[in-house]
Amino acid sequence: MGLAKRIIPCLDVDRGRVVKGVNFVDIRDAGDPVEVARQYNREGADEITFLDITASHEARDTTVHTVEAIAAEVFIPLTVGGGIRTLEDIRRMLNAGADKVSINSAAVKNPDFVKEASGKFGAQCIVVAIDAKKVSDEAEAPRWEIFTHGGRRPTGIDAIEWAELMVRNGAGEILLTSMDADGTKAGFDLGVTRAVSDAVSVPVIASGGVGNLDHLVEGVKQGRADAVLAASIFHFGEYSIGQAKAFMQQHQIEVRL
Amino acid sequence: MKNQIAIIDYGMGNLHSVASALQHVAPDSDIQITSDHDVIRAADRVIFPGVGAIRDCVGEMRRQGIDELMVGEITSGKPILAICIGMQALMQHSEENDGVACLGHFPGEVKSFASHSNFQVSAEHFKVPHMGWNQVAQVRDHPLWSGIEDLSRFYFVHSFYVEVADKDLLVGECEYGITFTACLAKGNVFASQFHPEKSHTAGLQLLENFSKWNGSS
Repeated sequence: MGLAKRIIPCLDVDRGRVVKGVNFVDIRDAGDPVEVARQYNREGADEITFLDITASHEARDTTVHTVEAIAAEVFIPLTVGGGIRTLEDIRRMLNAGADKVSINSAAVKNPDFVKEASGKFGAQCIVVAIDAKKVSDEAEAPRWEIFTHGGRRPTGIDAIEWAELMVRNGAGEILLTSMDADGTKAGFDLGVTRAVSDAVSVPVIASGGVGNLDHLVEGVKQGRADAVLAASIFHFGEYSIGQAKAFMQQHQIEVRL
Repeated sequence: MKNQIAIIDYGMGNLHSVASALQHVAPDSDIQITSDHDVIRAADRVIFPGVGAIRDCVGEMRRQGIDELMVGEITSGKPILAICIGMQALMQHSEENDGVACLGHFPGEVKSFASHSNFQVSAEHFKVPHMGWNQVAQVRDHPLWSGIEDLSRFYFVHSFYVEVADKDLLVGECEYGITFTACLAKGNVFASQFHPEKSHTAGLQLLENFSKWNGSS
């Protein structure tokens, strides 16, 4: 008996529509984030994360309305990320019903932003998203750096040191994405997951690379992640949240059923 | 008369999730998020929430006279549900923010997970905040447990926990490195460390039970 490892489906939302395709047989509009969230909620998701990839700032009002609509009927935690740059952005999302916001490039630009955000709203709602990429050669000790702009722009900042700094600045959780693994469906980068998870005192969500249920188990057992985030394996109906949880339980991982 | 439920708003955090969860389970109730003392006093049931840092929470309660108001509300006998920092604020003292005197309705302390020795030498590497779905053992019968299986999971997110000085207050316990108070109750007051409004079926059931509870245990 104890704390369950969490399974978190992630939705990419552009101007109020789910993108990168969701393919459920039993919902009417797979582009409607509210319908998709409802379905994940029914299936037993432990949380839902939205990544707002809306490019224009004006269209972001749509995201606020989406969050409001979901929070009105899905009674599990919601995290919203993407484009969170100011305290006002955070306030709007929390007031709309988000429980947490995830901050990425705004933290890289100004690490003290996390301090201000955490001081104002509490560490419990501040997730720092880290995009890490391996920069060491095969022969060297492994080393990861953080990248911005979808993994295209290096920053020269060591990922482990960055995670530690973010926690000191008040992050309540770390969402760690391996840019090497993301989209490969070959599994998490367990090395960086384990290194960050062991380095910080707050929960770590592993992200990037999930292609099957074994990967989820590895993320928890080898990567020591507290939660696992995945998109495509759930969106395309390859596995349900329920199947993922049953599989994790068979592997002696505590889950909420 | 409609069942009136007041959610006390003292400016700390978003209370819409609590309101929408209550609306969902008690659609015939009149649910208000309010700082108006008269509205709170007139309500049939009161929710006492809280998020963020305890010093700010208790500071705002005192500034707005919510501390005095709560004395009256608790003695009035009407059903009261305190959530998260709301529960912590009802204790005597918290270790958070270098020590904060709380409202003192119940004997006990609010302590830090991180400073507990089990968290410093543990091979299991317990993370703080305690975040996610954990099981609650129903150590005593209570009307708010109605229809909820023992050891159901609820959603927690907190770095400090309540240690009651009077074990008779305990109604729910949780384990995370140590055993701590998940819920306490006395008379017309029920308090939970977890967030029922974010705890899916079990949480909604608890809120529904609260919306019908007459305040006796």
